[in-house]
Amino acid sequence: MAIEAPDPLHQHGLPTAGIRRRLASLLYRRQTLLLLLLLTPPLLWFGVVYLGSLLALLMQSFYTFDDFTMAVTPELTLANFRAIADPANPLFGANIDIVLRTLGMAAAVTVACALIAFPIAYYMARYARGWQKGFFYIAVMAPMWASYIVKAYSWTVILAKGGIVYWLGQALGLNALLEAVLSLPMVGGSSLSTSNLGRFMVFTYIWLPFMILPIQAALERVPLSLLQASSDLGARPAQTFRTVMLPLAFPGVVAGSIFTFSLTLGDFIVPQLVGPPGLFIGNYVYTMQGAVGNIPMAAAFTVVPVVLISLYLALARRLGAFDAL
Amino acid sequence: MNHAVEFQQVSRVFDTVHAVDRVDLTVAEGEFFSMLGPSGSGKTTCLRLIAGFEQASAGCIRIHGRDAAGVPPYERDVNTVFQDYALFPHMSVLDNVAYGLMVRGVARAVRHRQAEHMLAMVKLADFGGRRPAALSGGQRQRVALARALINQPRVLLLDEPLGALDLKLREAMQTELKALQRQLGITFVYVTHDQGEALSMSDRVAVFKQGRIEQLSSPRELYNRPRTAFVADFVGGANVIDASLAQSLIGRAQAFSVRPEQMDFVSEGDGGIQLTGTLVDVQYHGAVSRYQVALADGRQLAVSRPNLLDATQVAPEPGQAVTVGWPAHAMVMLEA
Amino acid sequence: MHSEARAPLWLKLLAYGGLAFLHFPIVVIALYAFNTEESAYSFPLQGFTLDWFAAAFGRDDVLAAIWLSVKVAAVATLASLLLGTMAAAALYRRRFWGKEALTLMLILPIALPGIITGIALLSAFKLLAWEPSFWTIAIGHATFCVVVVYNNVIARFRRSSHSLVEASMDLGADGFTTFRHVVLPQLATALLAGGLLAFALSFDEIIVTTFTAGHERTLPIWLLNQLGRPRDVPITNVVALTVMLITMVPVIAAWKLTQGTEAVAGSGK
Repeated sequence: MAIEAPDPLHQHGLPTAGIRRRLASLLYRRQTLLLLLLLTPPLLWFGVVYLGSLLALLMQSFYTFDDFTMAVTPELTLANFRAIADPANPLFGANIDIVLRTLGMAAAVTVACALIAFPIAYYMARYARGWQKGFFYIAVMAPMWASYIVKAYSWTVILAKGGIVYWLGQALGLNALLEAVLSLPMVGGSSLSTSNLGRFMVFTYIWLPFMILPIQAALERVPLSLLQASSDLGARPAQTFRTVMLPLAFPGVVAGSIFTFSLTLGDFIVPQLVGPPGLFIGNYVYTMQGAVGNIPMAAAFTVVPVVLISLYLALARRLGAFDAL
Repeated sequence: MNHAVEFQQVSRVFDTVHAVDRVDLTVAEGEFFSMLGPSGSGKTTCLRLIAGFEQASAGCIRIHGRDAAGVPPYERDVNTVFQDYALFPHMSVLDNVAYGLMVRGVARAVRHRQAEHMLAMVKLADFGGRRPAALSGGQRQRVALARALINQPRVLLLDEPLGALDLKLREAMQTELKALQRQLGITFVYVTHDQGEALSMSDRVAVFKQGRIEQLSSPRELYNRPRTAFVADFVGGANVIDASLAQSLIGRAQAFSVRPEQMDFVSEGDGGIQLTGTLVDVQYHGAVSRYQVALADGRQLAVSRPNLLDATQVAPEPGQAVTVGWPAHAMVMLEA
Repeated sequence: MHSEARAPLWLKLLAYGGLAFLHFPIVVIALYAFNTEESAYSFPLQGFTLDWFAAAFGRDDVLAAIWLSVKVAAVATLASLLLGTMAAAALYRRRFWGKEALTLMLILPIALPGIITGIALLSAFKLLAWEPSFWTIAIGHATFCVVVVYNNVIARFRRSSHSLVEASMDLGADGFTTFRHVVLPQLATALLAGGLLAFALSFDEIIVTTFTAGHERTLPIWLLNQLGRPRDVPITNVVALTVMLITMVPVIAAWKLTQGTEAVAGSGK
């Protein structure tokens, strides 16, 4: 290396000793102070605004609502919880119907999402390459982020009488079949947009991307060598799929199901737009706090999805879903 | 005259781990000083203590006589060449080199002229416009060097700077670094786990083990006169004969070391100090071969012999019983 | 995980069929916005027109709703950029007591059903006797947007080497200068991506908003009210397409910005 000593540079002088520099040095020496300064605003926001609100909600669930004066008084009572949890309570039957209706839909939507999502995720992870990879990713991300309310609205357009589905049924001569399906109890209704089937389709559509991405992420992590090892050891493709691929993808399915399950459980817009009458948990809470003004009952009822989701999360944790998140 | 760097009973404790444990050392002005040791021995932590990225838990660090306690890195007359080079990926090579001047408020034209000068010094004159990502490992290493030197630090810290380079480049850079240090007259503090690097460049070497300095001496003395079994093994790959075996061999219960090239296969009764065992493995290294000999009690010895083009030299085969001997002057007595 | 084998045809059909299913309602909205029919959703479409766009963007209620949504989204994005970056900077390296709980707290607003966040905020506002307003909406939105920024920024922090910060300080830059010249440029695209996603998330939010908005009408709430009024079908269709585009473009932009570095973090919408 041909070396020449560089010109003296020290004339550039000493670092400025201003207030800013002194503050910088203080924060450098006291890293904990820096940490505290960084954490205080988010902590205040979440600790006060958010957790505070949740506590306020929980507190109000013990308040008393007077059915005659329609007034809320801060007298603590367990009446609201009894209406949900005590079979002897006169409101219990109607309330448990709401919970079961919502739970049934959440379960059905979760299963349907898993079934539709798996082949897409499998193709994305195993066969998509180069431009296809980005294409599939964005083709799943874009509908996921596209406006929720517009997607729900679009389905009311699609399912409307005289709309696309009915037109398609007519064109293919399948409207008789559609009528037959709609005449089934539980599933059917007077038209697609007032049937449980329609509501189920909308839910499945809206939450589907939330199932695809975790499964894809889980499958993406399965090294190819593992599959090669399996076939090298004599497993047929179907056996490899069942014994290697499926168990490794399962945590991804569970992770996705957390989304589909919890999102369906808390929704109140889709049940309002599509499907038969009969409240979901969300609608009930919304009506209670809005039209009725019974915030204590609404607050108590929000505990139901929290408990259900906590149970589901505990189950998911045991199934190893959090490794795939 | 003040020392460039001085440690007095310096400790750095992470949770309960003593990464650096009561270290004393002095680095003279203009010295090429190496810190050698296996990973986790505390050498890098010592470097970071000098740079100011870590603060000592106990003890006193002086840099050119000034107490460094609480002095942030940006107020120390010390610069670092990082192991991963830490070049700013969003800046051109020229702006990387000029960064130290930029943050001191040096005008753009002046600092760019200086940076070009520095780049020429590391033989990268035409690379200023590139991004670091467009450079090879060796070139990045030179940029990191130029960037650290532009502030004209009185001490340059180098954290395994050659670790990511291939063998040939590493050897070439060793020569260049040493030449550079001599020319600039700057104090170099050099961290490495490679004993070859440390021995070939340094004026003095500190060997670290578990947060403590095991031995601090010139490379020659380190190699010829290791003070402890650890240094004998880590620096020279020497055979260490422990106190109990020494007792039966030389009648003195003190461990000693013998380097593999000082040992040879002898016939029983040749005189000198001898041990018998079984040859278990032969490694061919070209100029020399390394023979692994197992003693009856399971201890192993390494013997290194030159491979001569001489038909009379008969090499033993693995499985064969052998006698290993060495002259008395080859023994270096070790501290307990 | 990639295999060299070609995908079986049935799998390919299922995968592309799934994509078609995902995009079908979006295409439908795009088509109906140009439909001439005024009061129903009959198919095939009746004819092509651009008139509804002029009509929709000439209506004061539509413009007011758009303006409110933009304002709310801008404020929520700004707040979540600040809070999310601070939280990420504090949490990415240091380990301390309560860190796990803190991370959980950031995720909670999107992990819990929106209805809980919504009614919780509403009940708190009521306790404080705050009338629903622009600010109550913005506070609610900021609360669940923070995690989107946080996820993007912390992913970037984890990916970039801390030795860059040390190198800058070593060369004479204090914390502020280092932040400006080294940290901020490193974070720039992650901040932009996080901000875009937060904006899209806020712009479209309806569940929490129905609780915190009172009589204010953001664009999604305007849409929801509109669904029961068949006479405004064409206007609704145009607004629906507009909202769709405003929410889809940022996610594509965010993906472009972070491409090759990491996946768009914060997919949990």
